[in-house]
Amino acid sequence: MSEQLYSISIEVNGERREALVAARLTLVDFLRDSLRLTGTHAGCEHGICGACSVLLDGEPVRSCLMYAVQADGRSLITIEGLALPDGTPGALQDAFCEAHALQCGYCTPGMIIAAHALLEANPAPDEREIREAIGGSLCRCTGYQQIVDAIKLAAGKRTENSA
Amino acid sequence: MKAVSFEYARPATLAEACELLAAYGPDAKLIAGGQSLVPMMAMRLARPAWLIDISRLAELQRVAMPGDLPADRDGVFLVGAGVRQCVIEGDALARAHVPLLARALRWVGHAQTRNRGTIGGSIVHADVSAEIALVACVLDATLELRDTSGLTAVPAREFFLAPMITSIAPEQCLAEIRFPLWSDPGRETVRGCAFDEVSVRHGDFALVSACAQLVVDAGGRCMRAELGVGGVGPVPLALPEIGAHLAGARLDEQTIAAAADTAANMIDPEGDLHASADYRRHLARVLVERVLRAAKEDAMRNLMEKPTA
Repeated sequence: MSEQLYSISIEVNGERREALVAARLTLVDFLRDSLRLTGTHAGCEHGICGACSVLLDGEPVRSCLMYAVQADGRSLITIEGLALPDGTPGALQDAFCEAHALQCGYCTPGMIIAAHALLEANPAPDEREIREAIGGSLCRCTGYQQIVDAIKLAAGKRTENSA
Repeated sequence: MKAVSFEYARPATLAEACELLAAYGPDAKLIAGGQSLVPMMAMRLARPAWLIDISRLAELQRVAMPGDLPADRDGVFLVGAGVRQCVIEGDALARAHVPLLARALRWVGHAQTRNRGTIGGSIVHADVSAEIALVACVLDATLELRDTSGLTAVPAREFFLAPMITSIAPEQCLAEIRFPLWSDPGRETVRGCAFDEVSVRHGDFALVSACAQLVVDAGGRCMRAELGVGGVGPVPLALPEIGAHLAGARLDEQTIAAAADTAANMIDPEGDLHASADYRRHLARVLVERVLRAAKEDAMRNLMEKPTA
């Protein structure tokens, strides 16, 4: 018996994407395997590590804890969508490089999605708010300190630019 | 791992969702936020043949306080089962009227999971350490279960049977949670509440959690109290006997310590890989003490801010 397929239409990084998917296809597998957007990382695949975080209608969610069919009609931003229009890294991504906020890079897309959502809601977060915002993402390399530094750096630059 | 194959339906109304549940029975699972169910399916601990998506049903999204209740009786605050946890966190009405629920939410998972996870989903999942389930028991909330034949009301304190097992039938859907609103305690008294827990890391499942809601007068005398502990038995445990005992007492350190001792002696926790039974009992004592003290302090703060008119 072949698996039932469902028609979905999702806006991903500003582009309308249509597909036929099996119900059990997770959103992260849809992004990586069907759309080849491999910037979103599949880590634990059961909602612990945060590497697969994406923005669903502007809010950070774990894309391994959703089936693609549930995202039908919704709007997504992945890590690729945070780059500048010419494809070069955005200010937050630059700050991660500058502050040495990554080593292996596995958690980085999830960290940047979480940090982006934080800065959109709260442009001048304090350290406790930063730590709370990235609390749902695990990093095994950095000890988190440089990640916190990077987000502070990016927040400072945003404030400077808008001043 | 990946979930086994299943079929997916997204009914347009709650009635239609109940019809699908009636038709498929135990082969179907409801999904709203999926923050507990999807991991269980990934690990193949759950293998539903049908997934019925109720996350978009407007009927399950109500957050409301019916205004036509007599002032001298406890009112009720309604939270639709499908309301996302992040919505209650930010909802001014909920924060004002069920502050204990709003406060408990900051202990529930992480921002990424609270953006999807629902109030009702956490309750029906019935994890022994679930914060929302504990608050529902402590506040003596009523759960409205819907099926094709209508609504059944079940007290939260009778809903939980064992870890991840509740009295809900396969064809029922939790539709609404009714949190009792304590009547206005009057000019000279004020309400306070607190939630606290200990876990390995913030956002992890709690080893033990505790919460309390009090009405206290200006002299620090307790007029009314409800409290409870989670993670120390198969189901969240409300302790109404201790609450009744505290009513009328001055909430000094001695009274608070005695209440915490009583709580620690009433429970029968099991030890596991994460915490021994003795350590859980110790945590229960410490946390009950902390939440009673913090709820009293919260009440005192609220009293200072209360308009005197």
